[in-house]
Amino acid sequence: MTATNSAVEAVYRIESARIIAGTARIVRDVAIAEEIAQDALVAALEQWPETGVPERPGAWLMTTAKRRAIDLVRRKETYARKLAEVGRSLEDVPAPEPADPDAIDDDVLRLIFTSCHPVLSTEARVALTLRLIGGLSTDEIARAFLAAESTVAQRIVRAKRALGRANVPFEVPRGTDRDGRLGSVLEVVYLVFNEGYAATAGDDWLRPALCEDALRLARLLAGLMDREPEVHGLAALLELQASRIRARTGPDGTPLLLEEQNRARWDQLLIRRGFAALERAYAPGAAPGPYTLQAAIAACHARAVRYEATDWRTVATLYGHLAKAAPSPVVELNRAVAVSMAEGPAAGLALTDALAREPAMAGYHLLPSVRGDLLERLGRDGEAREAFVRAAELTRNARERELLLTRAHRVSR
Amino acid sequence: MPRYLTMVRVDENNAPAEGPSQGLMERMGALIEEMTKAGVLLDTAGLTPTSQGTRVTWSNGEFTVTDGPFTETKEVVGGYALIQAKDKAEILEWTKRFLAVHESYWTVTSEIREIAEN
Repeated sequence: MTATNSAVEAVYRIESARIIAGTARIVRDVAIAEEIAQDALVAALEQWPETGVPERPGAWLMTTAKRRAIDLVRRKETYARKLAEVGRSLEDVPAPEPADPDAIDDDVLRLIFTSCHPVLSTEARVALTLRLIGGLSTDEIARAFLAAESTVAQRIVRAKRALGRANVPFEVPRGTDRDGRLGSVLEVVYLVFNEGYAATAGDDWLRPALCEDALRLARLLAGLMDREPEVHGLAALLELQASRIRARTGPDGTPLLLEEQNRARWDQLLIRRGFAALERAYAPGAAPGPYTLQAAIAACHARAVRYEATDWRTVATLYGHLAKAAPSPVVELNRAVAVSMAEGPAAGLALTDALAREPAMAGYHLLPSVRGDLLERLGRDGEAREAFVRAAELTRNARERELLLTRAHRVSR
Repeated sequence: MPRYLTMVRVDENNAPAEGPSQGLMERMGALIEEMTKAGVLLDTAGLTPTSQGTRVTWSNGEFTVTDGPFTETKEVVGGYALIQAKDKAEILEWTKRFLAVHESYWTVTSEIREIAEN
């Protein structure tokens, strides 16, 4: 009984995105689609312990959900006809078809683009995507983002309503709209990963589970959009970043800088997967996009067996390209670090001077943190200490604050 | 999210002599594609027969090298898959799907081992 239940739930988790997607194409509403999918799960939980798990459990759930979806649409249609109202055209309601993998893939893509629709706030997109595509429970999302479960539940409910109100069509955008919409999808996955990779709040600096959920989403996207170079770029970036997770903290949870990490702890399987994805990300004749460039930078680090062997000139050049493809003060700051490694701390520090005047950088702890490092290397200890203390004041992460204060203390000795 | 190594064991002596059928290869290909797209399959490969394998043993400070086939073993590892799944129930479900692409006259065992991550 219990074994069946856990089997049913595993099947549902594996299949839920596809079932919701397939159902949403029929009912044209993700909220209703999710309800119907969960009804199918309940039906399975009731029936399978009696009848045994069907031979193709995923197909069973899909067929059950689609049948209910079609019933619902037909009932609505009849109702609408009775009211002599012209509702939505329902003539194109498809019959439950045998599972065609490509058609299901298209439905899942529609669901992804809908969950990441720009009418939703970034937070809403993230929550909805993790829920509908990632198969996370509301509770899991809440724990990952250190939010109350009720807050996340509300966020998801509102997001679904907002999609309905805005009449967001359940489709994959084409034409001029597509690039922007794809950017929104990739951004959501990237944000989820980053929240796990360098948690902005809380006591733990790393939340690997969130990184893994993001990585799984990125792999899924790469499988569904094989011909989009930047999708592979994002997948490559996340594989390569994730390869360092085990090495990024010491035994007591302290963050370790790239130069302090034990490279033997880098995950070679993920590095290999990252390189493979990066190869697919370079499209002939097209300039590489921001994710691909960041992945190429991460690949430079992955290729260096020792920190001293890092090809900083290439890293600096890639940051130069990135600064043009996606200009931002943060990229500029990273470029300054790479330049300091390739040409010396003075050249790097000069690049950060301009950044210190940027209003957008005023509250960003990594700027004083980097300047502290460069000033220390230039022997300007007093200024270095001040910078580290300033950085410690600005960071919201407890672990990182500790590290910065340690560095401030070390300079003064 | 735990990663699992699943080792696929077959009885080389009692496996169908003609090898995997066309249908099996097609179903296997479709499943591998599905698992890759779902982001769960990280790596997989089939292995050449043990007749082409070699065993190297280090014991009492000495090496012993033995070429295959290793007649004393019945079931041998014929392939592997590295799968990242949320939990035991999920890896079990994927493993069942993998086994079920074989015709019923096959006897195939998947041994699931979680990878130690620390």
